[in-house]
Parts: sequence; structure tokens; C-alpha cells
Amino acid sequence: MTAEALRQGGRVAPLDVEKVRKDFPILEQDVRGKPLIYLDSAATSQKPRAVIDAIARYYLEDNANVHRGVHLLSERATQAYEAAREKVRRFINAAHAHEIVFVRGTTEAINLISQTWGRTRVRPGDEILITVMEHHSNIVPWQLLCEEKGAILRVAPMDDEGQLLLDELDRLIGPRTKLVALSHLSNALGTINPVRRIVEMAHRQKVPVLLDGAQAVPHLAVDVQALGCDFYAFSGHKLFGPTGIGVLYGRSELLEEMPPWQGGGDMISSVTFEKTTYNKLPYKFEAGTPDIAGAIGLGAAIDYVNALGLRAIAAHEHDLLSYATDALRKVPGLRLIGAAKEKASVLSFLLGEVHPHDIGTILDREGIAIRTGHHCAQPLMRRLGVAATARASLAFYNRREDVDALVAGLKKVREVFA
Amino acid sequence: MKSELRDLYQEVVIDHSKKPRNFRKPEGANRSAEGINPLCGDQITLYLKLADDVIEDIGFQGAGCAISKASASLMTSALKNKTKAEAEALFERVHSMISEGPRSKVDPQELGKLAVLSGVWEFPARVKCATLAWHTLRSALDGADAPASTE
Repeated sequence: MTAEALRQGGRVAPLDVEKVRKDFPILEQDVRGKPLIYLDSAATSQKPRAVIDAIARYYLEDNANVHRGVHLLSERATQAYEAAREKVRRFINAAHAHEIVFVRGTTEAINLISQTWGRTRVRPGDEILITVMEHHSNIVPWQLLCEEKGAILRVAPMDDEGQLLLDELDRLIGPRTKLVALSHLSNALGTINPVRRIVEMAHRQKVPVLLDGAQAVPHLAVDVQALGCDFYAFSGHKLFGPTGIGVLYGRSELLEEMPPWQGGGDMISSVTFEKTTYNKLPYKFEAGTPDIAGAIGLGAAIDYVNALGLRAIAAHEHDLLSYATDALRKVPGLRLIGAAKEKASVLSFLLGEVHPHDIGTILDREGIAIRTGHHCAQPLMRRLGVAATARASLAFYNRREDVDALVAGLKKVREVFA
Repeated sequence: MKSELRDLYQEVVIDHSKKPRNFRKPEGANRSAEGINPLCGDQITLYLKLADDVIEDIGFQGAGCAISKASASLMTSALKNKTKAEAEALFERVHSMISEGPRSKVDPQELGKLAVLSGVWEFPARVKCATLAWHTLRSALDGADAPASTE
């Protein structure tokens, strides 16, 4: 989390990282003969035992289909599934549980909005405003929509530090703007965008806002009502939960007006061959048997994060990020990409002339997992004038030792290319 | 350094990646093809000057990792004055060596300098880096319009 967020609260008890790490069985292993140093949590986070156990327990004891059986297992499965929805509601402080739609992940959530809300609202000549730092999943669905409708995709610029130019963004919101869609926390730069201000700017012109929270929810306390956003999307697997489950939050009024997305079971009230009446929220958007175990796993992940406390997590990560930033700055030839004042958890960098792929391969042989490449943000890479970067991303289970190992690994990289 | 790592980053590879040979658009080039590795964004443009099925000149431009650059550099050095048929045969042998490793019937030693690419098979994530230039060669020889892709 950010310095600002930390200032808002008082002192918090520091996180006991060694104790926390014991909750993550996967971190105990050696890879390539070295202890695993996992610095790729922005790609996917590791899962605590509590999540793995919750999923196993569901399949061992409660597995049944939801919302239809009269038998006990179906009742238990339904209760657990809906309890997970309530956990998500509380976690992001949505006003109602029916504003929480379970989807496969952030990508599916954004596509759902584009295909339902977008297809019914957007007309030729209308505009969708995104930013230059978006992940492909918040670019391509809008391109598809714009192509279909003859609408125009506008892109808000940023400065060289990786901070959005708010005046420019404000100017780009106009009478033809139908939606502003942007990342809460950039996956490639770590920039935390001032989304509350941006929501205010958009709402002043009656334009709704969708926030891509995939990277934000593992690091920031998110309150969708305080942010005022109209849609919020995130994935379970980046929040220490399983893959295959994600969340679309939408304000009731908007969700009510939207047509259903996929048709099938669970999303209907009644079906005749002449006419189908759709189910109420959120089931209108949950056709077919959902990922019940995934939702339960996500609920367990939220319980786990809440037990640690997002403020304690933020304090730890803030300390780790400044330690890592200082350490990497001392590596000869290393250039950090992304230096926003409000930043979290991500260190994108270049090392001299060495291509990020070569950095990644050499670090891998040291047991260090990082991401290299364009981070599904090719337009951002073009804006930065680079083909790719190496990215180390942090989570609360990372320690200063992990950063030290990274620095030592980078020394090896320099030796190979000496 | 660990031995597999040295297998991958042999001195010849480092040398060719830092000082790629034939890193230019040859004069009179009459064939070209673009190659991209969509996973990592590596990009290469390969140029051939083909006369009576003989590669009279060859060069490349683009951006990529050490492995993809070294592979392109070594490839262009090996193909000058070779016939189209010889180039295609070399593609098959190099591709087999890189992707199949010890299971390949190709003896790396018969491939001269290109043998330095034989260590790549131990790094499955890097095979596409090493084969990018070679796939691009094939589309340049075929005169294909669409960019060659490692996917």
C-alpha cells in the first residue's frame, strides 16, 4: 500500500513473515537445487494451506450443485457458495451481495461489461476512454466493441514516471464518452492510480467508470462505495485464491438495466419456447453451474487476508518495496521502469543491454522466479520505448532476503554477459 | 557458472549477441520476411538476395534476446552462397537439434559453429527464441506474406 494509506491509520503490529511463510507449503521447496525465491506474485500469487484445505474439504464433504437440490449436500454447497459472495461483498464494501457476480476472472468480468452494457449503450461515434498503462484485457474487449459499433477508443497519457496526466485525462472525457475503464494498480509499473479523483472527474460528466482491480486487491483496502466506481473487476488467483474464479462488482442500477450475457441454467426464472424470464441479480449473469469450489476457495483467501490485516500487509510491503528499490538502484547498469510517487509491489527494470529473457533464464537457475516480457501491456512498452522488461513483484510472504537473493542473481547475470 | 547455463550462454553465443553479424539490410535484397515471437515480443526482419536459387547475400534487423540474436547472426553467417535447397535442409537439421536435443538424429558437431545452439534444448522456454530466425528464413524462402510466428 501507499505511504498515504499508511498515514491514515495508526500503528499496526508488524507481520511475522516467517510464520506467514509456513502457511504456504509451496514456498518450502528447492528449485534447481536452490531455495525457491518467488517474485512473480503479480502474475499469480501462491495459495495458503487454508485455501487449499477449503477447496479439498468442499470436494470431500459438501460437493453438490447449487441453487437447485432439495438434499442436504446441495443445501450445504449453496450456503458455502453464497457465504463466499457475502465475504467478497464485505471485502470490497459493496452495498449488496447481489452486486457481486462470480466470473472466471478479471478478463471475463471486463468482457461481460463490454458485451452486455457496452453493446446496448455504445453507438457509432461514441468513445471509450482507457489509459496507456492498461493490460491487454482492458484494451482488447473495448477494441472489439468499438469495431462492432463504430465507436472510438481514446487513450489517456502518462508521464515518464508512469503517472497518469490527470488534466489530459479530464480533457478526454467529453459528451461522447460512454465509459472510462482503467487499472487501479498497474501490473507493469506498480503505479497506484488516483482512481477516486478520476471517478469524480468522470461522474461530473455523468460517465460511469470501470476499475480493473486485478493487481490492487492483494495490496490495497478497496471500498467500492468510497471510490464511487460503477464497476470493479478482480481475479481470485492474484488474491491468494484459486484460478478460475473472479469477481465483477456492479452497482445495482447498472446491473439491473443490463441484458444477460450467457444463457443457460441458473440465469432464468421461467422458460417457455416463446419467452424466458431472467433470474434476479446476480444470477442473471451466472449461467450454468458456477465454479463453486473456486468461490469457496476465494472466500477462504479473503478470510486469510483479513486475518493478517490489509494494514499490516501494506506496512510490510511498503517497507519491502523501499528496501528493494534502494537495493536495485545500487546494481550497476540497472534502470528501474516506473517511479510513481504512489506505487506498490512491482519492480520493473532493465539491466544494461541484457535482454529481460536472458535475465529471467539466468535468475531461474538461481531458483528465482520473475516475469520477463511485455507483461500483456504492449502499448505501454511502446510508450516506454522498450521491447520488454524484467519484473519482480512482491507479496506479503516475501522477505528482505528474497531481495538480497535477487541482487546476487543479477550479479550472476552481469558475469555471464561480462 | 552452472554447466547448463554455460551450455546455453557459450562464448560464441554471447559474442554473436553482442556483435551480431550481417545486422543490416543487404543491397539488392529481393526477399524479406518478418518473424515475431508473440509471447515475448521479439521481432526480426530477415532479408535475402536470392539469385538463381542461391543466397548471394543475407542480413537481418530487429530486437530480441541474446539467444534469438545469436541464432540469427550464426544463421546468416552459415547461409551465404548456399542454395535454397541447402538452406531448407539446414533448417530441418538445426530445428531438430534445438528442439529434440539428444533425441535428435543430428550430430551437432556436423553443424560447425551452429553447434553452440545445441544447449538450448535444456531450456524449453528458450527454444522459440533460438528457432525464430529459422522460421523467418523459411517464410522468406517461401515468399510468404504473413509474418512468421513461433506459435
